[in-house]
Amino acid sequence: MEVTFQFDWAAAFRSIPHLLPGIPWTLLISFGGLAIGFFIGIFFGLLRISPIRWLRWPAILYIEVFRGTPILVQVLFIFYGLPQLLGGPINALTAGIAAIAVNSGAYISEVVRGGVQSIERGQREAGLSLGLSRSQAFRYIIWPQAFRRMIPPLGNQGIISIKDTSLFSVIGVGELVRQGQIYIATTFTALEVYFMVALMYLVITWSLSIALRMLERKGLVGQ
Amino acid sequence: MTASTSDPIVRMERVNKHFGDLHVLKDIELAVKPGEVVVVIGASGSGKSTLIRCINGLEEFQQGHIEVDGNQLIPDGKSSKALQRIRTEVGMVFQQFNLFPHLSVLDNVTLAPMKVRGWSRADATETAERLLDRVGISDQASKYPSQLSGGQQQRVALARALAMEPRLMLFDEPTSALDPEMIGEVLDAMRELAREGMTMIIVTHEMGFAREVADRVIFIHRGEIVEEGPPKQVFDSPVNERTQSFLARVLKH
Repeated sequence: MEVTFQFDWAAAFRSIPHLLPGIPWTLLISFGGLAIGFFIGIFFGLLRISPIRWLRWPAILYIEVFRGTPILVQVLFIFYGLPQLLGGPINALTAGIAAIAVNSGAYISEVVRGGVQSIERGQREAGLSLGLSRSQAFRYIIWPQAFRRMIPPLGNQGIISIKDTSLFSVIGVGELVRQGQIYIATTFTALEVYFMVALMYLVITWSLSIALRMLERKGLVGQ
Repeated sequence: MTASTSDPIVRMERVNKHFGDLHVLKDIELAVKPGEVVVVIGASGSGKSTLIRCINGLEEFQQGHIEVDGNQLIPDGKSSKALQRIRTEVGMVFQQFNLFPHLSVLDNVTLAPMKVRGWSRADATETAERLLDRVGISDQASKYPSQLSGGQQQRVALARALAMEPRLMLFDEPTSALDPEMIGEVLDAMRELAREGMTMIIVTHEMGFAREVADRVIFIHRGEIVEEGPPKQVFDSPVNERTQSFLARVLKH
């Protein structure tokens, strides 16, 4: 019996059409989850720095819980655990998006907090001294500056969340890794297929990096 | 002149501020009449910046009472409506300029008139251009603050405050962060403003300027007003021993 240690490029290329259907799922879960996570992050990030103590408290609790537990456990909890509580099943796509949303939301809360707190005190004082209300000073002066500073760490979180979706193969959602596993089950070409899967993640995350770098460069005007 | 115009525009009565164990302001009594230029001097940490920051509520105080243009400020910042009105009528120029780096020079100046006064963009722009021209920056309106020199930035900050058509201007060490060659251009702009009759309270270390433009000089030592009077009197024949030693130190150089 002949054993080959060679990387079979033909097998790798043959896997592409079987893997491609996973990409829309990966993108949908990551960007759907991140979009929701972004709003969760703004909400809890701002609560976290509220001058009112009892408003800070739920934010701290949320952040600590979802940052301090593994995302794999979170998605298993949502997909298998929550239905017992709700009395009905949750589909895998919803569970995946929800897991990315609550997980990235916790990290984005901290990004938002850091961004807002990094703006010099004098900016707010200048706004208030001109007669702007506190919310106007936030909206027109602090937030636009804070948001620019948040772009690099938000990009980081985006890349992390895209990769985190690979774990959701365990709940059977048809994302990239899942498609790879299904294909390998019939072809036994694990080396080539996981190589191609990795390459596809790289293309997605790389595109995001480039897009963010362009956004950042555009935002540098006037800084 | 009616009686009301000669009433003080700012009145501070027995104002006390504590910061932990530190007694930052001690029984401050101060009345400033419309059109008056008051210069506050004193060593760093004496409380002179804190004093003017109390007037527009950037600092809270614990006892006493402040009245600005008929609006009452009460201790511990519990007067937000009055505070909002005061801030609309009182302009401030900061040591670090505090221009908004994400907005163009023009937008820095038009923001508050549009958002607070509700002016149209056209009206706000017209006023901004006139003010920028007056402080000598009209050709830089589309630039961003980081593209300007310190002196230019501070003149934009002055135009930004004036765009709200304030009744009183506060200056918190407006030239302290500037390179020496740029101090003159900022002082010139302030001098012109004083000549036009603006009521001004100025914290500064520029003694020559103080002597020239001030109607009254106030010397603060450890949170207390220990001497006040016309510049000639305070600079040439100070009564208080603290004032004498402070002036001896700063005027020697």
